Amino acid sequence: MNTLILQAFNGLSLGSILLLVSVGLALAFGLMGVINMAHGEFIMIGAYVAYLFQQTFATMLGGVELGIWFVLAIPAAFIIAALLGALMEVSLIRHLYGRPLDTLLATWGVGLFLQQAARSIFGASNVNVSSPAWLSGGVDTGLGFLLPYKRLFLIALVTIVVIAIYLYLYRTINGRRLRAVMQNRQMASCLGVRSRWVDASTFALGTGLAGVAGVALTQIGSIGPAVGTFYIVDAFMVVVLGGVGRLPGTILAALLIGITNTFLEMGTSATVGKVLVLLMIIAFLQWKPSGLATLQTR
Amino acid sequence: MNKRGINYYVLLILGWVPFLLLLGLLLMAPQFLSDFRLSQLGKFLTYAIIAIGLDLIWGYGGMMSLGQGLFFGLGAYGFAMYLKLQSSGGKLPDFMFWSGLETLPWFWAPFQNPIFAVLASLAIPALIAAVLGYLVFRSRVQGVYFSIITQALTLLVSIWFIGQQAYTGGTNGITNLGSAQLFGISLLAPEAQLGFYFASVICLALVYLLATGMINSRFGRMLVALRDNEARVRFLGYNPVVLKTLIFVTSAVFAALAGILFVPQVGIISPSSMGVVPSIEMVIWVAIGGRGTLLGAIVGALVVSYARSFLSETYPDIWQYFFGLLFIISVLFFKSGIVGTLQTGFNRLRVMLSGEPLEMSEHGLSYYRTADLEPIAKSTPSTHDAHLLDKARSAAEGGS
Repeated sequence: MNTLILQAFNGLSLGSILLLVSVGLALAFGLMGVINMAHGEFIMIGAYVAYLFQQTFATMLGGVELGIWFVLAIPAAFIIAALLGALMEVSLIRHLYGRPLDTLLATWGVGLFLQQAARSIFGASNVNVSSPAWLSGGVDTGLGFLLPYKRLFLIALVTIVVIAIYLYLYRTINGRRLRAVMQNRQMASCLGVRSRWVDASTFALGTGLAGVAGVALTQIGSIGPAVGTFYIVDAFMVVVLGGVGRLPGTILAALLIGITNTFLEMGTSATVGKVLVLLMIIAFLQWKPSGLATLQTR
Repeated sequence: MNKRGINYYVLLILGWVPFLLLLGLLLMAPQFLSDFRLSQLGKFLTYAIIAIGLDLIWGYGGMMSLGQGLFFGLGAYGFAMYLKLQSSGGKLPDFMFWSGLETLPWFWAPFQNPIFAVLASLAIPALIAAVLGYLVFRSRVQGVYFSIITQALTLLVSIWFIGQQAYTGGTNGITNLGSAQLFGISLLAPEAQLGFYFASVICLALVYLLATGMINSRFGRMLVALRDNEARVRFLGYNPVVLKTLIFVTSAVFAALAGILFVPQVGIISPSSMGVVPSIEMVIWVAIGGRGTLLGAIVGALVVSYARSFLSETYPDIWQYFFGLLFIISVLFFKSGIVGTLQTGFNRLRVMLSGEPLEMSEHGLSYYRTADLEPIAKSTPSTHDAHLLDKARSAAEGGS
């Protein structure tokens, strides 16, 4: 029973990592039908922003232990990744509309470029980002195991991100425009929505969220130029399972994959668990080809 | 049918010139190249075989498979298993011994037979492609989704292979094949390597001819029709699932064949040759050579592989910048690839010679020439129609 609870918690935390990694991808894909293969590299950029903050500002801001640098790194990573994302949208993605497979290749090229850039700047070997003092340790459940603060922090961060996206989508003018373009691009354009601007801002939002995910991932393991590639395929699976263009679908898919994966890994090995999850997703698509939740349009 | 002028036949022959020229060059290459460069070229030729298969499914069928590396890897592993057993000489392969295995696993045993090894290396990827393809295409998974699912499968299998150290050699893969013997000749002997080089050239030529035949048949036209408008094909009463699965299986078999030829020439197969990154590179070969032109697939595989080997030898630290830029530039500015661009020029020449109009496909690339389509489109009724006519006729006769 205890292991069951522990596994459920691990599944939840894996699911929240997946959600954090994939929500930006899902937004851009839902709106533009664009698969951003460089998404993993924006995660990597976010992770290195955290590393840079630790190296440069930590002593200035009360030391590594206090963790002010870490809190500041989150918005900074969002802004930097979003700006780079906007640059990429304007210079590259925009010219490839209606050619999703070509976009996939071009963004893969961008990913290669960014990886090499990280290797040139920070070196090929992995670096570690230390944790603030308040993230070490955990809550004692009294059942013989700890719930680590890091995992709880991740879950809290994801919750905040999801609420923020919800508010953006449903409570702001920009969000309403975004939903309008997603539902019917031409109609929205006719009614005066600048769909190009919506595209650019949404793509930037997606890459910015990848940056936030990168900061969070520094607390799970060491980071290197290829850190993004470990998560990117999982993120794609979430998008495929979740269905295009609906936030609830993405959330549900991430949690489902996370929890299923954790429980399958318990019975088998880590890779067999992942293979089984993929097979289950393919089987699921037989039943519902467009994913868990789809946009209803007329 | 007889309306074709002399120009038609001149152009038909002209169309084969580049291929025959390339074939002649490849057959003469052993005269000029050192052993190292020859085995490198042999390796690149196996890449060209993969590229042809990928061009069939992507260039003509519009489905970008990111799983070709997987099929290539499975083919290579299958044949490497035979070579490994052969070179171990009846003993347990070294990496199994290191991993603490005491007896040969049951699924390794049949690979002692070379014929079984080759057949299994082709059949297993074909089976995987058939099952995956059928399921995926049946649920009408298309476009980017198909790419992602094939990519995920590739990633997972390569991770899985790394994890199964005792059975697959883990990260190192299957190596130390040097003492294997084929037909009584050591694998490393120059004659054996030359033999494999010529085998690669011949297989490449055969695969090219087979693919050309497929493209020019009804099957090929259906494939292009599927790419350009799948819904219409469906409404016309065809079942795209079977066709798409078939082309996926074909491309998988080509990739597996390339794997079989790859292993004896390179002497190693490891998960890093079959993962996500090689699979995407395979797509780039086709993109740069010119998708939708079979010759382009060959040219692309050779050009990109040589460029890569040159860049990584000359600028080992920063060559990935060039490679990344190559991806972006080729997609952004060079959409129809090397051969596609040349072909446009060739087609202009054709118009000048024959004065007949060209049929451009939706994408602005000329995959088909009007003259080639005409016999089916106009003069002969399709077999289906003929069958219906016969039926109607016999019904009328029976009624009278």
